[in-house]
Amino acid sequence: MQALAAVVSGEGDGAVATFGGLVRDHNLGRRVLFLEYEAYEPLAVKALERIVAEAGEAWPGTRVAVHHRIGRLEIGEVSVAIAAASPHRANAFAACRYTIERVKQIAPIWKREHFAGGEVWLEGATADPDNAAARETAYKTACA
Amino acid sequence: MRVTVRLFARLRDLAGAGELVRDVEGPATVQTIWRSLVAEYPALSEYEKSMSVAVNTDYSRMTAAVSDGDEVAFLPPVSGE
Repeated sequence: MQALAAVVSGEGDGAVATFGGLVRDHNLGRRVLFLEYEAYEPLAVKALERIVAEAGEAWPGTRVAVHHRIGRLEIGEVSVAIAAASPHRANAFAACRYTIERVKQIAPIWKREHFAGGEVWLEGATADPDNAAARETAYKTACA
Repeated sequence: MRVTVRLFARLRDLAGAGELVRDVEGPATVQTIWRSLVAEYPALSEYEKSMSVAVNTDYSRMTAAVSDGDEVAFLPPVSGE
């Protein structure tokens, strides 16, 4: 996370916001043992690049870096890390939040939860980068 | 013509393979490929309304044309919360 923060921030920045998504030990009443992440890698890289560009458009002067791990991750490990730097804190926070919301919407990355007694693929949103309503939702969440 | 089909997450589990090579009659669209896949693996059909598709590692649509050598991917809903 510190490395990501260093990548995005420069001398003109007054703020860098970071976000780390963690593997937690419970979900929907189940005791989680570990998670397994899978990605369609070339498309995932393009989706993350697109999200970073969107954040840069929405908050000019803000730079964002994002890193997502795949494979087996244990409880407490960081699955996704984001850093957003900006001259002022409001934009850094907003761009950071926007990025994670969009990652959840359009990055072709899936997680399989291995819990006490079984395993299940967790499925959320139908990925559609051109869905303007979803993008607007992420933007509103970021600015709330 | 010959296309490579990529399946991910639960779609991969349902088909029992993440990568399939299939010969299809041209002209074909992503929809053509999907229909022949569902004929082969009927369990996949539950994803018809919720999945996304990609052609040659870019998001695409069911109506997009597919050419010889293309990689067509079917993607279940992504991680969400």
